[in-house]
Amino acid sequence: MEARSFVLRGALAGAVAGVVAWLFALVVAEPQVEAAIGYEEGRGAAEEALATAAGAAPAGGAEEEVVSRGFQATIGVGLGMVGIGIALGLLFAVAYTLLHGRVAVRPRVLALLVAGAGFLTIYATPFVKYPASPPAVGSDETIGDRTALYLVMVVGSIAFLAAAVFVARLVRERIGTWNAVLVGGVVYIALSAILMTVLPGLGELTINVVENGPRVTETPLPLRDASGTIIYTGFDADVLYAFRVASFTAQALLWGVLGLVFGALVERRLARGETTERTAQATSA
Amino acid sequence: MTTAGAVARARATTVSASETLPWLASALLVGLVLYYFIGIDQGAVSVFGDTSYVHELVHDARHFLGFPCH
Repeated sequence: MEARSFVLRGALAGAVAGVVAWLFALVVAEPQVEAAIGYEEGRGAAEEALATAAGAAPAGGAEEEVVSRGFQATIGVGLGMVGIGIALGLLFAVAYTLLHGRVAVRPRVLALLVAGAGFLTIYATPFVKYPASPPAVGSDETIGDRTALYLVMVVGSIAFLAAAVFVARLVRERIGTWNAVLVGGVVYIALSAILMTVLPGLGELTINVVENGPRVTETPLPLRDASGTIIYTGFDADVLYAFRVASFTAQALLWGVLGLVFGALVERRLARGETTERTAQATSA
Repeated sequence: MTTAGAVARARATTVSASETLPWLASALLVGLVLYYFIGIDQGAVSVFGDTSYVHELVHDARHFLGFPCH
């Protein structure tokens, strides 16, 4: 099989995975996003009322809506999910092509292994340090820092897995495959843990410390008036938890479907190629 | 299809570097560009200037996929 077949099948499997993740998002994620946006709007109104009471001029009108909420919550999220499915499918296909035939497992098993590695490095490990957050959780002022830190986690964990595989291959002859995989796992976890310890929590960014004092996250605290009375609650912990579980599940679905569909497509293609060969041999004989 | 057969077949079809490179390079490029536009553009940095159409369009997916957003 040539690289072309892998790349095209990667994009196709990724698109299928994206559609599955889209349906999941519509049912499970959108209610949480709506709840978070409701909180954000309510809090915005409370903050404005507080500022007006303190004598500040009322802030200028509502945020301009570039894309309607209804469109965002249906087609927009679908474009995002299918688009990221294709993107991940293409990146997946690159890694798969480089490994195909070089590892002693059948294609559909290798496909699941590569998908698992993608899920772990591109999503799950960064999630441990900087978990997915619904609207209202995350300050406008720190978007630059947050994006940079998130990408450091993504690139770091990819590099760490590469390092872990390298070390595991190095010691495999001496200690056997099982132990080599364990050693690789320890290398990956240790390097990831060090990076997570070194990088700051989002609440530790200077802008946030000035505003709220040192904290680990940016999750909104209760809003208080001058006398310290709570006039608007902090962000609902249950909504935050439900959103994060849904986000994690959607990524597991995305990578899982990608790996399974891709593996099935490649094995079908290989089996078909063999049948054609046999037919050709039979005809020429 | 047996596992041994499938492994052997995969080994026999290991792809060579020369015919592979253009496909892999384009897949890598397109994959990264898509990842960038869905996850990052018009948030922290923007190639389409000071509009937020891309950001708003994929807004929910961006939050849900774990990218930093506001």
